[in-house]
Amino acid sequence: MPTAIFGSIEAGAIYALMALGVYLSFRILDFPDLTVDGSFVTGASVAAVMIVGGYNPFLATMTALLAGFAAGCLTGLLHTKGKINALLSGILMMIALYSINLRIMGKSNVPLLSEETVITKITVFWQGLGIDQAIQSLLGALGMGFIPKTWGILVLMLILAFAVKVLIDLFLKTDIGLAIRATGDNETMIRSFSADTDLLKIAGLGISNALVAFSGALVAQYNGFSDVGMGIGMIIIGLASVIIGEAIFGAKTIVRATLAVIGGAILYRIIVTLALRVEFLETGDMKLITAVIVIGALILPKLIQQQKEKQRKSRRLAEAKKTNAYGKSGDHLAAIKSDS
Amino acid sequence: MLTGKVVTILLQLNQIHKVFNEGTPDEKTALHRIDLHLKPGDFMTVIGSNGAGKSTLMNMISGKLIPDIGEVLVDGTDVTLVKEHKRSRLIGRVFQDPMAGTAPSMTIEENLAIAYSRTKARGLRKGVSKKRRDFFQEKLEMLHLGLENRLSAKVGLLSGGERQALSLLMATFTEPKILLLDEHTAALDPARAELITSLTKEIVETYKLTTLMVTHNMQQALDLGNRLIMMDKGQIIFETNEDQKKDLTVEKLLEEFQKIRGEKMSSDKAVLI
Repeated sequence: MPTAIFGSIEAGAIYALMALGVYLSFRILDFPDLTVDGSFVTGASVAAVMIVGGYNPFLATMTALLAGFAAGCLTGLLHTKGKINALLSGILMMIALYSINLRIMGKSNVPLLSEETVITKITVFWQGLGIDQAIQSLLGALGMGFIPKTWGILVLMLILAFAVKVLIDLFLKTDIGLAIRATGDNETMIRSFSADTDLLKIAGLGISNALVAFSGALVAQYNGFSDVGMGIGMIIIGLASVIIGEAIFGAKTIVRATLAVIGGAILYRIIVTLALRVEFLETGDMKLITAVIVIGALILPKLIQQQKEKQRKSRRLAEAKKTNAYGKSGDHLAAIKSDS
Repeated sequence: MLTGKVVTILLQLNQIHKVFNEGTPDEKTALHRIDLHLKPGDFMTVIGSNGAGKSTLMNMISGKLIPDIGEVLVDGTDVTLVKEHKRSRLIGRVFQDPMAGTAPSMTIEENLAIAYSRTKARGLRKGVSKKRRDFFQEKLEMLHLGLENRLSAKVGLLSGGERQALSLLMATFTEPKILLLDEHTAALDPARAELITSLTKEIVETYKLTTLMVTHNMQQALDLGNRLIMMDKGQIIFETNEDQKKDLTVEKLLEEFQKIRGEKMSSDKAVLI
């Protein structure tokens, strides 16, 4: 059990990059971008094929990121210059990318198990630091039975996710970043302040999908394969992370929201892991579980809000009753009370 | 650009003509060969009934619409085919809807930073620097609404009047060549409208902005500005210069409107004089 949870936190940190990408398109640009399902696999395919072809895995991962950027820009072009509805332009790119991904890989699955990847490289680097032994002996001394193979992937992927988060936070506070946020918030306004909203949307979607492909490339290396079907439902997983994160950790400011997205991505992985432990659920039920989680995350906060509102109301009424007992000034409050 | 040459006309509309839904039963001539010249520092108010072409006129200047015939010149440069967002480097705008001119989920200072970059190329510089924040604070004091103490408040939390005042400041503090006000007080309650009107007067005078203001309120059209035009059915049917405008009253204006309209019924030629 602890091993499974440990693994889901590791994976969650990698998927967090994808979730941050979805946050950019969905929340910042207010653009429901379904390209994600395709660009995630594009990232995985490009990285896998390059690694198998003998390229440096870091170079392969960076190339994957650029491929995702290109895919996002194309969606942006379809929407802004082609005047195609946002949802439809994403779906069109998603479908187109499916074939492109197959072309990139040449087959539907590219295994990476015996290859040198970013994951194996950082594991070796981490083990060279000797921190694992220190933590292991510390845990042993504390009497914990659970000993993971290495802490390297977890720590370094978390650092990566946070680094990307900080970069996004900073970017969204620059002049361009502010303009991108305003494009999602009030297009009429930002156009009257000399910003080219078409260009900003294209760039925003490019960055968003670059992150998604980056995540896809790392997931392929983490799982040891790239598969043409690995992106199905990815947008929903991204949305689940964003929505769960925001519901639990809050989204008052950008800094808070991006942190919440990382938290949401990790939490989502943990929930799925736990759900799959339930006896009657199978791996194939994963998408259904995801859908249920998203629906829950969308509806629950509203129910909680309503409940709180009710409590506040009854508290106010109780107070009104009290003041009413002491003086005439409470007359109008008494009227309110009798209404409810 | 006509550098070195004194430009005496800042905004020039030549023979602007626009037909909507051409060739269909809904065909409508929105603007009929409009000529309009604004000198630097002119403040022109535009009145007219619904469908007179006031908004279309504004959209021609802002670049939201492109005329079928005619040309738009700003500061001697032909901008007829220049895209809206590029043109807005020269033109500040305040819309009728108080929600339209600001980004609600962003803070006051972030909104001001966006407005501040109107005349510049946007890069990866920090939007709200210490220096800019001081500058914004100083500018916000002009509004007398205490917004200078609420820089990091989200704009969506402000009232309609506050948002419109902020929109007005954002459109003007970078001193655009031309300021377009499109019934910017029409959606506010009388007290708030009064406040925005007086702020408009103050700000336009401070920056000596060349302004075109559309309004439904005749009194406002008379109180503000040095020139006035009245539009009807896509044409300018009445125009006053500075001296005539001073003696004008709402009654006289209505009378004039009635007179011209009456004549228009009998003879189209009379209007075109």
